[in-house]
Amino acid sequence: MIELEPPLLTIQSLSKLYGRNVACSNVSFDLWAGEVICIVGESGSGKTTLLNCMNGTLTPSSGRMLYRTRHTGMVDVATMGDAHKRLLMRTDWGIVHQNPRDGLRMGVSAGANVGERLMAVGARHYGDIRSQAMDWLNRVEIEVDRIDDLPGVFSGGMQQRLQIARNLVTKPRLVFMDEPTGGLDVSVQARLLDLLRALVQELQLAAIIVTHDLAVARVLADRLFVMKGGDIVDNGLTYQVLDDPQHPYTQLLVSSILQV
Amino acid sequence: MTAGNAEPAEGSGHTYNFAYLDEQTKRSIRRIILKAIAVPGYQVPFGGREMPLPYGWGTGGIQITASVLTKADVLKVIDQGADDTTNAVSIRQFFARVAGVETTEKTSQATIVQTRHRIPDTPLKPGQIMVLQVPIPEPMRRLEPRETETRKMHALSEYGLIHVKLYEDIAHWGHIATTYAYPVMVNGRYVMTPSPIPKWDNPKLHQSEATFIFCAGREKRIYALPPFTDVRSLDFEDHPFRLQAFTQTCALCGSGQSYLDEIILDDEGKRLYVCSDTDFCAQRVAAGHVGSDPDALAATKDAVA
Amino acid sequence: MAVMRVRNLSKSFTLHEQGGVVLSVLNNVSLDIMAGECVVLRGASGCGKSTLLRSMYANYKPQSGSIEVCHQGLWVDILSAAPRIVLEVRRRTLGYVSQFLRVIPRVSSLDVVAEPLRNIGIDAPSARARAAAMLQRLNVPERLWSLAPATFSGGEQQRVNIARGFISQSPILLLDEPTASLDTENRAAVIALIGEAMARGTAIVGIFHDEDVRRCLGTRQFDVAQARLT
Repeated sequence: MIELEPPLLTIQSLSKLYGRNVACSNVSFDLWAGEVICIVGESGSGKTTLLNCMNGTLTPSSGRMLYRTRHTGMVDVATMGDAHKRLLMRTDWGIVHQNPRDGLRMGVSAGANVGERLMAVGARHYGDIRSQAMDWLNRVEIEVDRIDDLPGVFSGGMQQRLQIARNLVTKPRLVFMDEPTGGLDVSVQARLLDLLRALVQELQLAAIIVTHDLAVARVLADRLFVMKGGDIVDNGLTYQVLDDPQHPYTQLLVSSILQV
Repeated sequence: MTAGNAEPAEGSGHTYNFAYLDEQTKRSIRRIILKAIAVPGYQVPFGGREMPLPYGWGTGGIQITASVLTKADVLKVIDQGADDTTNAVSIRQFFARVAGVETTEKTSQATIVQTRHRIPDTPLKPGQIMVLQVPIPEPMRRLEPRETETRKMHALSEYGLIHVKLYEDIAHWGHIATTYAYPVMVNGRYVMTPSPIPKWDNPKLHQSEATFIFCAGREKRIYALPPFTDVRSLDFEDHPFRLQAFTQTCALCGSGQSYLDEIILDDEGKRLYVCSDTDFCAQRVAAGHVGSDPDALAATKDAVA
Repeated sequence: MAVMRVRNLSKSFTLHEQGGVVLSVLNNVSLDIMAGECVVLRGASGCGKSTLLRSMYANYKPQSGSIEVCHQGLWVDILSAAPRIVLEVRRRTLGYVSQFLRVIPRVSSLDVVAEPLRNIGIDAPSARARAAAMLQRLNVPERLWSLAPATFSGGEQQRVNIARGFISQSPILLLDEPTASLDTENRAAVIALIGEAMARGTAIVGIFHDEDVRRCLGTRQFDVAQARLT
């Protein structure tokens, strides 16, 4: 088949060492626009390290990361200037943290949290900023009359939805999420998953999601990577990995799901 | 700013160097000031010295004044617009003792004006130096506590965050409710806090004929505005920067164009509005302007006495 | 005209959880599927019918062999193709109706059925209209359309599942016991639906336990254990 467009993100032989400890080793893959990849694995498997190397929080020990920017084509993220990289991170990328407090400004209102990215790219019309903030609160199912409340008075699920709105307001093409449903109770998790699923489809978002919850992967991911000891030990279409797990660790993981 | 006043202050009877600081310190601070003037609005770190008064009482301003003062200068010090408040009087006396310079309460006669909360209402002239004492030099500090991050934001001109504060004002109060330390864009490049002056005074910074030097003693930062610098108060397109309008006039001099202080006169809530700039008010009274209640303060002073 | 070619397919499972036991299920299976026919997979329970069907949907990863699908005029080996190409083949060419509906919380039945159409770029109102017609056809009561299928009976869920599988009129459809939990009337509706699809030229590969259904639809039978057509 003819490849019409290059990948959005290309990871080549990415490794991260902490001293002599290998946190993730020699990871390579391509991510296409609109594609969702989940990375699963136990604590300490290196999945969060891998995510943080990709989203700019950590500097990889070796390897390359190429990103297809809107205007200049494929760019090596490591050689990008600070200004360009930071602009990318607050416009074309989104980062959703496990703990919403890490991703929100707790000292300012919900509306300001959503509006911040707009102001960061030069929006200077209060009315426009506010109406976009309202639109996004609505889309993440937060009542619009809560717009002037501080995030601290929101429930955990609402805070997480607010964090998602704050990230998506600039219409990013790539979102990194670390355990987006971690720490939420089950019914709240289900609601958040549905919302994420709908938004990912509607906005044609590419996403890399780290989770230890296979249900999250089943609902959201096109592809699934299983990590263990810093390596990707299994990868493929989500249902294929879950229905026909190849690696012993994946088989253990799949057989450990509690059946309700 | 001529260097080489190495002898002790005249008539002091003590062996302080002229204007208290030693010459090497003054030279280092002057170099920082030159850098600050060369990059308007940029916060330049400097090696602040211990001063004989606590942080928060004007240690930054005093170091600037000490560094730029010459024997020929005439010094005015104001606090809350007034020349006769404790801090203003103490700092004025301090320099009278350690530098032996002439002091004044008249803005028009001063060559250096050290101030905290106000810019005088009397228009400034070329050659005058305004020295402002600054408590927190970083305009984005309340929203972003990391110095490494705010420095990067300044370096890359990432100023979305400062608008978040203004957004919050409008969301909660219907208008930009920040009335002091109102952030400004300097020369189209750096966002700066003009220290706790009322926003009423912000327009005086724009294209001013005088030089402004800001100094935070505790935070050890100096920044400056050379004469004729563009200074724009930040705002939104649909909520432009506006000055508050006083419905009152000064009870003493009748001025309707100056920044007014509200003074509570008694327990019944009787109140009085007078010019915050005491020199400006006195000049007007001397010129024959009369307000609605010219003797109001004389009465309270008697009562206190 | 062949639309799908299975060649020399072998599939075994290594159960690492159980001491590394290797179960060999499919051994050198080859099979061509033609447009407009219905191939019924036969054999005793455990002979590998479901394994073959799931391999044909690329849900299983066989050790050797190839499965080529005629996708918009080009042959694509879905066992070696990149994942997103497999997804594209599934969106437009290869449909699958599983035995059980994998329920997504909170999404209405109407949207569950409309989703395959939305995925190929059909606008929401037309997709919903077609989904409604399909649910109607399968006798799913209209009062259920706006509800998520999680609480439906087995038969209702299965009909929602079938509606979802048939709505986008994929040229190839894989069916895993679609009529298992249906009553006679609804079974007839499904058989009619499959018949119409075949008349359109859709190739069907299915596992049917019901002898009536097999007789009614099957144009060929494939014995999975012996790996030959009967």
